[in-house]
Amino acid sequence: MAQSTTPMEDIAEALQPTTLEIHNDSHLHSHHKAMQDSTSKETHFRVIITSDAFKSKMQPARHRMVYALLKDELAREGGIHALQLKTRTSEEEDKLRENEAAGR
Amino acid sequence: MFSKRAFPSAFRAATRAARPLPSAATAPRFVTPFQVRLLSTEVRTAIDKAVASAPVVLFMKGTPETPQCGFSRATIQILGMQGVDPEKFTAFNVLEDNDLRQGIKEYSEWPTIPQLYLEKEFVGGCDIVMTMHQDGSLAKMLEEKGVVLPAEGETPSEPPQ
Repeated sequence: MAQSTTPMEDIAEALQPTTLEIHNDSHLHSHHKAMQDSTSKETHFRVIITSDAFKSKMQPARHRMVYALLKDELAREGGIHALQLKTRTSEEEDKLRENEAAGR
Repeated sequence: MFSKRAFPSAFRAATRAARPLPSAATAPRFVTPFQVRLLSTEVRTAIDKAVASAPVVLFMKGTPETPQCGFSRATIQILGMQGVDPEKFTAFNVLEDNDLRQGIKEYSEWPTIPQLYLEKEFVGGCDIVMTMHQDGSLAKMLEEKGVVLPAEGETPSEPPQ
């Protein structure tokens, strides 16, 4: 893969997501002890991915697919410290929407 | 909710098991940051033992009483709400041992803490435990493995603050 791609572009390329939400929550965690020596504003992320590449895969396997794409960022000193993931298939996303519409 | 008394003893047992992990000082070959860190046989064996030390094992930051990270805190709270039997549970504080902290990531092929194991099988991290808690599959799984306390007239209380 070309060096100029960003990790998020890698996700888009590899998983062809129908939904890709990336939330940078770093500011919420900047006071944490583990962050006291960090000046990075990109440490805590919350990512929601809907992709049919997750079909027939259990959650741990889905998360590992994403972790593999972000391997370098996660391993790098001062890189991503925490990554919250929601990994769904489009079918699961539809069901979730239905439930939300019905329940609330 | 977890009984306050059962936990510290469970945790001490855990830290004893983790102690044989070799310290970084005894493995000076691995000091360069650019080298790929390989999981040594000793660390792998120690983690094997840790994973097998109880039916429910959590690798976390801090202790069940004083978690040092919100994701570890959330996970321990969920296990408490599920009524996991403290006798069948062990927590390992990865902040106490850097070999464990790095080693568990490779061992589980999972880059973040906390990590939950049930009968030596990797279940997931905080997000997965949370999702499974919400959709009921965690309760089902824990029940099937017989690791929850029997509900005895005690109404489930609110999650510990």
